[in-house]
Amino acid sequence: MEQEARVSIERSAVIPAGTINLRGRRRFGERIIETIVFICGAISIFTTTAIVIVLFQEAWLFFGSPEVDLTEFFSTTTWQPETGRFGIWPLMMSTLITSIIALLVAVPLGLGAAIYLSEYASPTARGYLKPILEVLAGVPTVVYGYFALTFVTPVILQGLLGKENVEIYNMLSAGLTMGIMILPLVASMSEDALSAVPRSLREGSYGLGATRLETSVRVVVPAALSGILAAVIVAMSRAVGETMIVALAAGAGPRFTFNPLQAAETMTGHIARISGGDISYASIQYTSIFAIALVLFFMTLLLNLLSGWVVRRFREVYE
Amino acid sequence: MSTTLNPGERPTGYLPEGADINRNIAARRLRGKIWQALFFSSLVIGLLALGTLLYTIIDDSFGYIAVQTKIDPEELSDRPLAELSKEELIEILRANISAGLFRRFDRDEPFSERSKESVLQLIEERVIGREVVASFKLTESLLERERIEATVRERFPRARLEFHSWLNRDFLTRPMSSVPILAGVGNAILGSLWVIAITMILAVPIGILGGVYLEEYASDTWYYRLIETNINNLAGVPSIIYGILGLAVFVRALEPLTSGAAFGVTDSNGRTILSAGLTMALLVLPLMIINAREAIRAVPQSIRQASYGLGATKWQTVWHHVLPNALPGILTGTILSMSRAMGETAPLIVVGASTFVVFFPDSVFDKFTVIPIQIYNWTSQPGSQFRNIAAAAIIVLLVTLLLLNATAILLRNRFKRSY
Amino acid sequence: MTVAELSAVDMAQANGRYAVELHNTHIYYGSFRAVKDVSLQIERQRITAFIGPSGCGKSTVLRAINRMNDLIPGSRLEGRILFHGKNIYDPDVDPVEVRRRIGMVFQKPNPFPKSIYDNIMFGPRINGWRGTKAQADELVERALRGAAIWDEVKDKLHQPGTALSGGQQQRLCIARALAVQPEVILMDEPCSALDPISTLKIEELMLELRRNYTIIIVTHNMQQASRVSDYTAFFLMDADRAGQLVEYGPTEQIFTSPNDKRTEDYISGRFG
Repeated sequence: MEQEARVSIERSAVIPAGTINLRGRRRFGERIIETIVFICGAISIFTTTAIVIVLFQEAWLFFGSPEVDLTEFFSTTTWQPETGRFGIWPLMMSTLITSIIALLVAVPLGLGAAIYLSEYASPTARGYLKPILEVLAGVPTVVYGYFALTFVTPVILQGLLGKENVEIYNMLSAGLTMGIMILPLVASMSEDALSAVPRSLREGSYGLGATRLETSVRVVVPAALSGILAAVIVAMSRAVGETMIVALAAGAGPRFTFNPLQAAETMTGHIARISGGDISYASIQYTSIFAIALVLFFMTLLLNLLSGWVVRRFREVYE
Repeated sequence: MSTTLNPGERPTGYLPEGADINRNIAARRLRGKIWQALFFSSLVIGLLALGTLLYTIIDDSFGYIAVQTKIDPEELSDRPLAELSKEELIEILRANISAGLFRRFDRDEPFSERSKESVLQLIEERVIGREVVASFKLTESLLERERIEATVRERFPRARLEFHSWLNRDFLTRPMSSVPILAGVGNAILGSLWVIAITMILAVPIGILGGVYLEEYASDTWYYRLIETNINNLAGVPSIIYGILGLAVFVRALEPLTSGAAFGVTDSNGRTILSAGLTMALLVLPLMIINAREAIRAVPQSIRQASYGLGATKWQTVWHHVLPNALPGILTGTILSMSRAMGETAPLIVVGASTFVVFFPDSVFDKFTVIPIQIYNWTSQPGSQFRNIAAAAIIVLLVTLLLLNATAILLRNRFKRSY
Repeated sequence: MTVAELSAVDMAQANGRYAVELHNTHIYYGSFRAVKDVSLQIERQRITAFIGPSGCGKSTVLRAINRMNDLIPGSRLEGRILFHGKNIYDPDVDPVEVRRRIGMVFQKPNPFPKSIYDNIMFGPRINGWRGTKAQADELVERALRGAAIWDEVKDKLHQPGTALSGGQQQRLCIARALAVQPEVILMDEPCSALDPISTLKIEELMLELRRNYTIIIVTHNMQQASRVSDYTAFFLMDADRAGQLVEYGPTEQIFTSPNDKRTEDYISGRFG
């Protein structure tokens, strides 16, 4: 006791009272780092701003040129830059048709696979199967484009429907392949949503005498609905923005058609084809791809915002 | 399966008058079985698609080819050509092509400066003129050999049938060529490496610091929320839009910089490796930030508190404690971003990857091609041999990606910590 | 319910005193024996409480009675559990049918993220409900009245069940269990997540339900066991961490003059 007291007295004697400075030094280094870190975070804002400015600027030039009329752009069904006719519907329709075909493939299959993984598969099986699905999601889309052109169209579609009925480039093949491409995305996101549903809800359902199917479909899926919806919307946005599959398999050249067995160029396919060639920066074709890109940007932005909203709005909060 | 536990049901007196519960367990069980089979088959279809995809690729990468030559190599020399000296090869070349053509080759690059391999390649192309007149898929090569032999004998009597692996060492090292059998992905691999290098040099530090900002420095202000929402939305912007951005900003507006004109490079436009790398960096940045942020978030609060408790500043805490602990996660995210950049095609088409580059890039101001672009080009070419080399290039790409992903998974498992 | 309402079959069963009987039951999770050699008989239309310290296997035994343990991979049961004289673990017994007849209320209230109405009707609907809208309404009202929550929710039947307070949610879960006409209701610490006032309401409700249902309740709360139960079973973990039944008898006897020293120690708060 006494010893301790003496030590503390000695210690306080080293620093005279009132001389301790707690105000701290000015740390310029810290301030500089803070600024750098902030800039790094804010660079994303630059990207977005640049995208918006670039798209609007060139699209402005496009809509300002004498050949182009805004109402015509959104209401007519011929896209022929050579003759100065710019109606976006052929491109838009092809984008929508291929995307809807993709969703028709990916949503039921993806959801089915997710339910199987989350509700039926043993943990070990899930441990193997989910990474495989994720590998499928990591395959570059150009590979799927190759697959569409060398397998889906000639072997499956022309094999089943007859060579004379299916064009070599067609929207169905692109859509189906795109469906396979986004299937793992839907499955993976939905599986996450289903797994997040608490065990207690499943037990409650089983406790009332529900079978596994009834529990999965009537309790777990509704409870995970917000996550599943978000997955579907994200998949839609992915399909709308997908380029390589449609560029390779859906056909070159805009065409207004509802027949999925015919070739019709999508918005992304058109952008890729036009910009891949040697075009003059002054030409109307150059500015036209910015107008298409602007429409595309807003379509996907809308879908992304929608998915975020769905998650927030319909999320069930579990403890 | 089902059984009644007692002979009769409980009286319906519990239920409202007239209502009934029809417990047909057998039917419910059957329905359950059917749907389970359906769910399972969804999964199987997904896996089957992956299997078919791989099968198609492999089927196209190997198989018989029917080769025809203008002249038999044995007629040129009694020894194998590869064993001859450069001078002997030059003589053979001079003897078998027109003098004008020989002078032109000499003008392009003097023979005295050419390597032996280059001369040999000229002989192969111009003198021997190996030409593949037909190629066959692996499955038919294995199962229907007789039919293939018969077809080839009938249609190309002079041709020789040989088993060919389109994926071979020459394919990996040679540059692009308009003749499929002579084409390779050598310069595309190098191009991919260049682009990825630039992408990563930019995206990794910025991405990590961006993650640090969101997780460690930002307070809940309006601009923080703006940045956060913005990053999440950027991750969903189609890649081709980034291409458009790169085209307008890097290729066109910043052309003096990206073409190298400002640094004394003259023979180039803005469609360079640098533009491609910058575009890709913008594309993977949101991904990098989101991944880095997740990794940083996983570092337990107690470590930060311990550091602050010892009087460390914020940056000291981040640098000495948070980042080292988040490193495995950040590395995993980096590899995933890298494989994304590796496989992206659309933005590079827009930025202007050249469709036909035969030389190997050696500076950031060079024109470029990358593996996915080659796959795209070859797939869209008519002619089955282009499909063969497209398939071989896909194998190169997929193996690279698989290695990258395996590394990521390994890292994740190796460093996985439970706090 | 009057005697006149009972069918002949029920009468016959009413002669049997016990709703559920466990004979030499062992429960395993993989190679780990969680419960060792439990035998006890649960009396019809009484409240039986399972008490004991954490990890003593009382919840495991409870969940074995309606085969909820089946849902845990690797779980296994030896011995017999008789319900209406039939071993519910016989291979020809469907656990779905068992769970319909032996309902369960869980530790944490777990209403489905659906309306109150749909929560109640979930059980009847999956079991093949046949009835008019008016009959369904009546069933919902009866179930909610049975769980003493009707007055609180009758004006908001179509609002989500998750919006109710904790105590109300738990009574909704009881109502939900009642709607499928079970004979036995298992309650796994039903009040552990609730405040004292809600707990009191649930206890009153249990005493009410006892007239028509057999109730088995697992509780940590000794006062609760002594307040509501007719019989008490005391479980304890043995040396190799397997739960076993130490003593079982009328609640009054267990709490006032237990036969086993360990029961006395636990009751008087010396451990656990």
